[in-house]
Amino acid sequence: MATITLSNLSKDYGGGPVLRGIDLEIREGEFVALMGPSGCGKSTLLRLIAGLEEPSGGEIRIDGRRVNEVAPKDRDLAMVFQSYALYPHMTVRENMSFALKQRRLPQAEITRAVEGAAAKLGLTNLLERKPKALSGGQRQRVAMGRAIVRNPKAFLFDEPLSNLDARLREQMRYEIRKLHRELGATSVYVTHDQVEAMTMADRIVALNDGAIQQVGAPQELYDQPANLFVAGFLGSPPMNFVDATLAPDGALVAEGQTLARVSPPAGLAAGTTLTLGLRPERLALTDPTKGSAVRVDVVETTGTGRVVHLALGPQRLKLFTMDPRPLAPGDVVGLVVPPGAPLLFDPVSGARLS
Amino acid sequence: MNKTATHIIGARLLHALALAAFVAFALFPLFWLLKVSLTPDDLMYGEGVRLWPSRVTLDHYGSVLRHSQFPLFFRNSLIVSAATGLLATAAASAAGYAFSRFRFRGKAWVMGVMLVSQMFPLVIIVAPIFRLLSPLGLTNSLSGLVVVYTAFNTPFAAFLMQSFFEAIPKDLEEAAMMDGATRFQALRRVILPLTLPGLAATGGFVFTAAWSELLFSLMLNSSAAVSTFPAGLLGFVSKFSVDFGQMMAAGVLALLPVGAFFLLIQRYLVQGLTAGAVKG
Repeated sequence: MATITLSNLSKDYGGGPVLRGIDLEIREGEFVALMGPSGCGKSTLLRLIAGLEEPSGGEIRIDGRRVNEVAPKDRDLAMVFQSYALYPHMTVRENMSFALKQRRLPQAEITRAVEGAAAKLGLTNLLERKPKALSGGQRQRVAMGRAIVRNPKAFLFDEPLSNLDARLREQMRYEIRKLHRELGATSVYVTHDQVEAMTMADRIVALNDGAIQQVGAPQELYDQPANLFVAGFLGSPPMNFVDATLAPDGALVAEGQTLARVSPPAGLAAGTTLTLGLRPERLALTDPTKGSAVRVDVVETTGTGRVVHLALGPQRLKLFTMDPRPLAPGDVVGLVVPPGAPLLFDPVSGARLS
Repeated sequence: MNKTATHIIGARLLHALALAAFVAFALFPLFWLLKVSLTPDDLMYGEGVRLWPSRVTLDHYGSVLRHSQFPLFFRNSLIVSAATGLLATAAASAAGYAFSRFRFRGKAWVMGVMLVSQMFPLVIIVAPIFRLLSPLGLTNSLSGLVVVYTAFNTPFAAFLMQSFFEAIPKDLEEAAMMDGATRFQALRRVILPLTLPGLAATGGFVFTAAWSELLFSLMLNSSAAVSTFPAGLLGFVSKFSVDFGQMMAAGVLALLPVGAFFLLIQRYLVQGLTAGAVKG
């Protein structure tokens, strides 16, 4: 098991930087998710760690040893690809043995390792099949098996679940997590799916535009996002952003209504325009006379509750509620923003202020 | 029977008829070759354009095999075509792989020049090629033909191989490299086995091209000892007559190895020619 240290890492294909100034320490045995929208550089970052791309600047260290110039085969990292990349002309057994044969291990040892990994993943009956005779979920398992059979220094996952249907994805999420607990292996997991990142990772690295936006535990990123990007990326339904003005008494006023009151952060003058971040599930409904008056636009039933789309003047908000009160489009209701719920962001830089 | 069923049957019939017409059109020259090769000399001109002679004979085959130099030409052609096929396919695989996988300085130029080399008629460079090969002792030799054929066939074969490599996901060799293989090991153990249909198709293409080449064979080699069979076929044309019977018999015999070869690789050929068209 290994630590992976990235310092001031950058990558440029010649058309502007894809990654810049990446500093990150991945600890031994940690499960780290690299999360961001497509094109944010997360897969490139993983490929740099793997050695499949060369960095344009900066340094990669595995267990303290600089590996910038080390070929992928000598880094002792296992990678699970989004396409699974199973060798189509080999059986499951041959696929899983490939790396061990490459290392010239004795045949008995290879057989033992492959069968052990196959048993762990429920692949024992499929060992003699070729990949094309397997279902998507089974292929995914073989890809996992090919990685764990090697007992590598670290696992790299490149969106391994995105080709599976929702139910299977949920199951594999759990299984990968369980495997990680059993093996205790350092894992780097690339995903654009915030649910995967939230549920699986010890720490999330939020990436956007080739730069790290925030690093932290999932709950930390959820509760204390560093900026509008992280705030908007995590959570479903996503966080509401409302343009509001700070009044001298700490009232946050949007569309002529006082939504909440805060003790103004130091250095923030009254009259400043702010972006208010409101988690849909932290908002509540009440009578129109008691809260800020908003109009119901659309009501979506999710089973566990309802997502209510609200209109506050020209601004739109979503609210998640388990409140059973009857709601119909066009109704005017009261919106309650509990103290502590609003997060304040600088509308220009996007940075969080409170 | 309802109307749609009639429609479907009608459409299928038309389809089959169109295919049959095309096949007949394409195979007719071959049929004629066979027919003439089996026609006895005395009926050659006497029976006009009958589809089948009233009497058939294997005499032409006998005299081609026993009294002509055809077996020698055949052997020469086999050596030249097989050597060209192997060399050009090997070179084309290396080039195609590099085109498909690597970014390197001058790549666009190299590919452009290779493409341009395919664009002008070969007849205009016969003389320069002769001047180049002559002092090297490569005229009147089978090696000279192999060199020339390999040079001319490699560009197109390289583009063909490139398309086969493009059809194989990069992930596969990257996975192999993560699994401890060097790039060359990944190529040998993972990519090449998957490219077999492409190799067979490319090899077949180059073999056939070399097998049927006439111009350079005729211009570079004047000695019968190193003639390939297309040049040898011209030997049946004499000053006053053309021995059509023997010429056609030799032609039929010359078709056999190519036919056998394609029969052998046809499974790969179909796979190879359609690879990449449909996502596997």
